[in-house]
Amino acid sequence: MSAALLYAKGVSISFGGLKALHDVHLELRPNEVVGVIGPNGAGKTTLFNAMCGLVKPDSGKFEFEGKERAWPRTDELIDLGISRTLQGVGLFPELTVLENVMVGAQKLAKTGLISAALGTNKRDEEVLRDKAMRALDRVYAGTLANRRADTLAYPDTKRVSIARALVSEPKILMLDEPAGGLGPQDIEWMNNLIRNLTATMSILIVEHHMDVVMSVCDRLYVLNFGEVIASGAAETVRRDPAVIAAYLGTGVA
Amino acid sequence: MFEFFNTLLIGITAGSIYSLMAIAIVLVWRSTRVVNFAAGGIALASTFVGTTILEITGSFWIALPIAMLAGAALSAFIEFFFLRPLLKRSGEKTQEIFLPIIATLGILGIIKSVLQFVYGDRIGVLTPPLSDRGFIVSGESIALSPLRLMILGIVLLLMIVLTLVFQRTNLGLSLRAASFSPEISRLSGIRVDLIRTLGWAISGAAGATAGILQTTNGSGSVSPEAFEFSLLLVFGFVAAVIGGIESLVGAVAGGLTLGVILAIILMYFGSSLVFFAAFVILILVLFLRPNGIVGVKGGRRA
Repeated sequence: MSAALLYAKGVSISFGGLKALHDVHLELRPNEVVGVIGPNGAGKTTLFNAMCGLVKPDSGKFEFEGKERAWPRTDELIDLGISRTLQGVGLFPELTVLENVMVGAQKLAKTGLISAALGTNKRDEEVLRDKAMRALDRVYAGTLANRRADTLAYPDTKRVSIARALVSEPKILMLDEPAGGLGPQDIEWMNNLIRNLTATMSILIVEHHMDVVMSVCDRLYVLNFGEVIASGAAETVRRDPAVIAAYLGTGVA
Repeated sequence: MFEFFNTLLIGITAGSIYSLMAIAIVLVWRSTRVVNFAAGGIALASTFVGTTILEITGSFWIALPIAMLAGAALSAFIEFFFLRPLLKRSGEKTQEIFLPIIATLGILGIIKSVLQFVYGDRIGVLTPPLSDRGFIVSGESIALSPLRLMILGIVLLLMIVLTLVFQRTNLGLSLRAASFSPEISRLSGIRVDLIRTLGWAISGAAGATAGILQTTNGSGSVSPEAFEFSLLLVFGFVAAVIGGIESLVGAVAGGLTLGVILAIILMYFGSSLVFFAAFVILILVLFLRPNGIVGVKGGRRA
């Protein structure tokens, strides 16, 4: 077993009196695709939010590259090498596609605020533009670069949000329901993209869509009522009676 | 015709100063969603700094940038020490939404009291660097003087710089992104807290410039209770609302529109109606074009 890139240990979170997560362990190794699945309200997104500094865990430890550290602040994630897409896509509607992607590339800007304000380092702007363009090409959205984000079709907004997550060259990509709202063709495309990306990064997916999860994930964690009820290789987990029971009637088996 | 032309010139000059104040208000609104009444106090305090520097150095061109820096520093200070902790605490409850607004009103009062304490009955004098005697066109003196030309030049220069920063630089991109959605910006690695302080600082510098120019364009002196600054704050707000409160371009359009309309009213109906007219315009805009004259629904353009 290779060392974990990211390890969330014993995460518990409650909102008011309600237990959203209870003693959840999650491990992500290099170049691995791990899926977090479970019925609605099982705590999947809460787990993601805890790892992104959007929710503060009541207890639990966070290890990154083998070293224990404080739970990251939201604006530290990119520096650590963690990128996340949002369920609601979350593009800036009135910026262009290229600008949207450039927002994700701020980490790569070398200049300080003052010279950034004066625009003295022209090369910096060009480098970012260049990287953003390459990220767009990677998701076949290069031709959309100068469109305003609010004029895009839904599947294209998903591509652009992934390009924005990729532009900082992350070690870990967190995808929140990447297949949500997509048709079969776009889902097929998304699956291929995810498989190709594993050459250079690890991927953590929260997803309802069982086809996607089964076809791309190496390992799965199944959450129900805030607890991990099963984990392991995708094929094993799918036959786990506890999982089938939790998903009963939702067409897993 | 000649009179009307002069009225326009007066209106455009005054309006360009309202535009700057409106920009100060819009920048704070965009970066933190706070209605910043303290903007008037920041402008006033930095104008006093300007008069003091002018007294020491004798140069308007040293006094103006130092006043701008003072405005930026004071504004950033207020954001960092008062508004940031307050906004972290305030939630969705009605009384908590009002907290930041009441706080900026309080800060405005504090700034005025401090100035009163420091300056007492003394006034700050801001001798204009250029003559305010109108240029002569075909034997008649027009309402455009070297001083007014300078005011328009300074405002225009600042607007060009702001536009370039917002549209062409990474910092501008961060400022725009953070005002759209702090959450997504943080996930993208933008230090939103820092960007917010910076937004307040730019606002403070714009307000300081508005204060200095308002004083040179007006009586040439400033007191802690100066009525000119109450007007500047109110007209700045009206201009920002006319422009749709989200937009820098709108703030400029709003300021110029307001300046010209008020100048026409001043010229043809008398000064007693000016304040009244400003509020009528405000109410009309709020009823007829709640998103401002250049705003589109939900629009937040730079």
